Amino acid sequence: MQTKRTVFPNKLLPYLLLAPQMLVTIVFFLWPAGTAFWQSFLRNDAFGFKTTFVWFANYRRLFADPIYMSAFGNTIVFAVLVTFLSLSISLLLAVAAMRVVRGSRIYSTLLVWPYAVAPAIAGILWWFMFNPSIGIVAYMLRAVGINWNHLVNSTDAMALIVIAATWKQISYNFLFFLAGLQSVPRSLQEAGAIDGAGPVKRFWTIVFPLISPTTFYLMVINIVYAMFDTFGIIHATTQGGPARATEILVYKVYFDGFIGLNLGSSAAQSVILMLIVIGLTAIQFRFVERRVQY
Amino acid sequence: MKKTALFLSAGVAAVLLASQAAWAATKIQWWHAMGGENGAKLEEIAKKFNASQSDYEIVPVFKGTYDETLTGAIAAFRANQQPAIVQVYEVGTGTMMAAQGAIYPIYQLMKDQGEAWDQSKFITPVVGYYSDTDGNVLSLPFNSSTPIMYYNKDVFKKAGLDPETPPKTWADVESFSRKIVMSGAAKCGFTSAWISWIQTENLNALHDKPYSTKANGFGGLDAEFTFNNDLTERHWGNLKKWQDDGLFKYGGPGGGDNAPPMFYSQECAMYMNSSAGRAGVVNNAKDFKVGFAPLPYYDDVIKQPMNSIIGGATLWTLQGRPAEEYKGVAKFYTYLQKPEVQAGWHQFSGYLPITEAAYKLGQDQDYYEKNPGSDVAIKQLTRVAPTENSKGIRFGNYVQVRGIIDDEFAALLGGKKSAKEALDSVVNRGNEQLRDFQSANQ
Amino acid sequence: MVENRPFLNFLAHLVLIVGAAVVVFPVYVAFIASTHGGNDFLSGIVPLVPGPHLVENYATMLSAGMTSSGAPPIGPMMINSLVMAVGVAVGKIVISILSAFAIVYFRFPFRTLAFWMIFITLMLPVEVRIVPTFKVVADLGLLNNYGGLIIPLIASATATFLFRQFFLTVPEELMEAARVDGAGPMKFFRDILLPLSTTNIAALFIILFVLGWNQYLWPLLISTDQSLYTVVMGIQRMAAVADAEPRWNLVMAAVILAALPPVLVILAMQRLFVKGLVETEK
Repeated sequence: MQTKRTVFPNKLLPYLLLAPQMLVTIVFFLWPAGTAFWQSFLRNDAFGFKTTFVWFANYRRLFADPIYMSAFGNTIVFAVLVTFLSLSISLLLAVAAMRVVRGSRIYSTLLVWPYAVAPAIAGILWWFMFNPSIGIVAYMLRAVGINWNHLVNSTDAMALIVIAATWKQISYNFLFFLAGLQSVPRSLQEAGAIDGAGPVKRFWTIVFPLISPTTFYLMVINIVYAMFDTFGIIHATTQGGPARATEILVYKVYFDGFIGLNLGSSAAQSVILMLIVIGLTAIQFRFVERRVQY
Repeated sequence: MKKTALFLSAGVAAVLLASQAAWAATKIQWWHAMGGENGAKLEEIAKKFNASQSDYEIVPVFKGTYDETLTGAIAAFRANQQPAIVQVYEVGTGTMMAAQGAIYPIYQLMKDQGEAWDQSKFITPVVGYYSDTDGNVLSLPFNSSTPIMYYNKDVFKKAGLDPETPPKTWADVESFSRKIVMSGAAKCGFTSAWISWIQTENLNALHDKPYSTKANGFGGLDAEFTFNNDLTERHWGNLKKWQDDGLFKYGGPGGGDNAPPMFYSQECAMYMNSSAGRAGVVNNAKDFKVGFAPLPYYDDVIKQPMNSIIGGATLWTLQGRPAEEYKGVAKFYTYLQKPEVQAGWHQFSGYLPITEAAYKLGQDQDYYEKNPGSDVAIKQLTRVAPTENSKGIRFGNYVQVRGIIDDEFAALLGGKKSAKEALDSVVNRGNEQLRDFQSANQ
Repeated sequence: MVENRPFLNFLAHLVLIVGAAVVVFPVYVAFIASTHGGNDFLSGIVPLVPGPHLVENYATMLSAGMTSSGAPPIGPMMINSLVMAVGVAVGKIVISILSAFAIVYFRFPFRTLAFWMIFITLMLPVEVRIVPTFKVVADLGLLNNYGGLIIPLIASATATFLFRQFFLTVPEELMEAARVDGAGPMKFFRDILLPLSTTNIAALFIILFVLGWNQYLWPLLISTDQSLYTVVMGIQRMAAVADAEPRWNLVMAAVILAALPPVLVILAMQRLFVKGLVETEK
């Protein structure tokens, strides 16, 4: 992991600075997470009266379940699509916003505002717009010959949740890309122009490497978002259907745990999910961060 | 001297007791999942009870959807913060019943607190769903509904059908739909919400077919599903065929949220959904007249269909609260059963009246005459005495099983499985869920 | 923009217009829905033009609208949402910037471990830990007050990670110069690092404010006192009607109203952005 060359020599101060966050993290995250982790080795009823220690039975059950395995596949497709689409679209928009001097505030506000719509309601809006019977977008698609029905067609369903999830992240990514682009010194761009590089070349050789810290940040955050924060959208639009075509791992966690009250299996699934994402993130830090220029 | 001291202390004690009773009404929390206007009406009921006496105060707390409310109650129970009363949907009955250390069955509560309790006052199907094998009611029915059929009278007329004659049998549904679609009066014949509740559970109940062994689950946690029988196979196969012929349109998984818009926009002429949606249907059916009818059946399988089974929620009492609260809970439950309260709630919300007296009160008030179709549900529910097959169902992990039903039905509609394969798969996967619940709760 | 290329300017505008139109479209749909009658929504394709009920619907929502579904009046709910949003945003920013500073500018045992411990808070879904977290909060006596609403939410990894990224880009020379001047770490932090971080703090404040503003599940779970209702809880209460149809026009009006304070925050924070832009223009 990257570090600074020179550091301050204080020994005690860093611990003090870290203390508030560590305290909140330990009390309100690690302790409950440990409980959830422990749950994954138990089989119990919802109220917690009868508890049996079952070792890895919950985990074994999961890997023997073909639906769980297909949820893996759905998750990969979903996460890759959402991350790639939202990053590229928002980068394009941020670059465009930097270029435009007049009206950039208006564009920025318009592009960030949708993030403020409560996620639960945003899900409902997508349900409305794509509803095969009364949806505006479904209507427009029918007008160009696409018979949209995400209730029966699994590709349509996956497309719907990808679009809905990407939409939310565009605002978020746009904001941080914009902030990152701000800090690229004009002097460097001017130097590149004097050397004869056109704007596109300048972007890829000067600007893009300089915003790589932001890009790396957004890439990690987007993958985590796609894998963890998207169950609300799926619940409001497809509920994992049709026939589990849009069921991703985190949705299954929510459905089995929160709705189905099978706490042991849900905890086991979360542990697996957590390990996957930790692994992914570790890989990103190890291999991708090398390319980041600080 | 002693006498004065005694007198004095008695006097002080009396004053203390009196002042206690005067300003400390015991607060009792009631967690519910009624949003929207039903929620406001529910708060009104609680307010009226509070105003009618000064010892207890019911505090209704909205806790989200049915799932969120149940999970919240369980989380609270595990942290010793549970409410005294919680509203749980019918699919959660299995979970609640199995949690014997957590629940305070209502028949016992009323007996312990000395409140009158007469189960015969209730409509039998409603009570049957929520009682144990000895016939003792465990939770108080509060908002119950049953599925019925809504149909578009204007489209019927346009297609040359008599708008006052709804289809009685599935054969009628098919032939009416064909006529409607062929005449162009509407783009599809019928749609349905809740494939699990309406087209599978109620299907078997109406035709007096068992849904599982062990009296549809009432008899024990070791029940096994048996609804992959000829009847369900035939019906699911028909639904697939009718979809392919353009007569039936799928309303989506779970509650089938995509079905209502199809009916309101007049795309489909007939639509099956909960009777509690009546107010919403009438409101949203802007440009056409709505008719109400009982669910259709196969008249070659049964001559006179049985009663339909219910959905909705009941009020469960949780253990672990201070003793004074339960006295108040019992009094509140007595209040809830009053005919005026029941009739008012039923007429406002569209849920069923759960006592005979409330139904009778509505009839005396001419409510059902003034609101045609508002008694289709209760008539369908009480037309015969329920058998073991039409009392209802009771399974643990049933939320997951309903999800499995939706999965396999979607696979059937998508042409990936035959009706038999889909149903066998549902039963196999469903039985796994039942065994899971059994091992976790035994 | 370095040189004047009119075609690229035009292209940039085009991209932005299309992008903004697509991104704002769902919000526009919500707005349209809020101007129609209650039963227009489900009975046909909703038109793309506003309907006649705009004033009526918004007036209803601003006065007694939510109470018709049993929620408290909208004013107090807005205040609760504001407290949560500001509390969460400020809380997260403060503790994260300090932690990031510690992790980047110091070397000490368990440094990497600390970073990862903070980081994995992102990786366990809320729904799984919500039940055990409830117990912890209940045992600490934090149910039904602002503390319980805000404190568990400020263990954020995104902010720490972002600040870490930013601090790593700050030139070493600045820090070395400070040390040469005899400035201690906190002076360096206050006088140099903090002003440099303004753009990032502004961006984070927007995001975290919205996060706190839109909290629904956690407040729902831990509060039984209606005086702690947030605006989004009120909206959900109108929309989560079992067996019935919500009054969508009113729900959407409430959604638009609820999204307005964040817009104000976005506009206010943008000043800090534009300031940055103006500076680098020189």
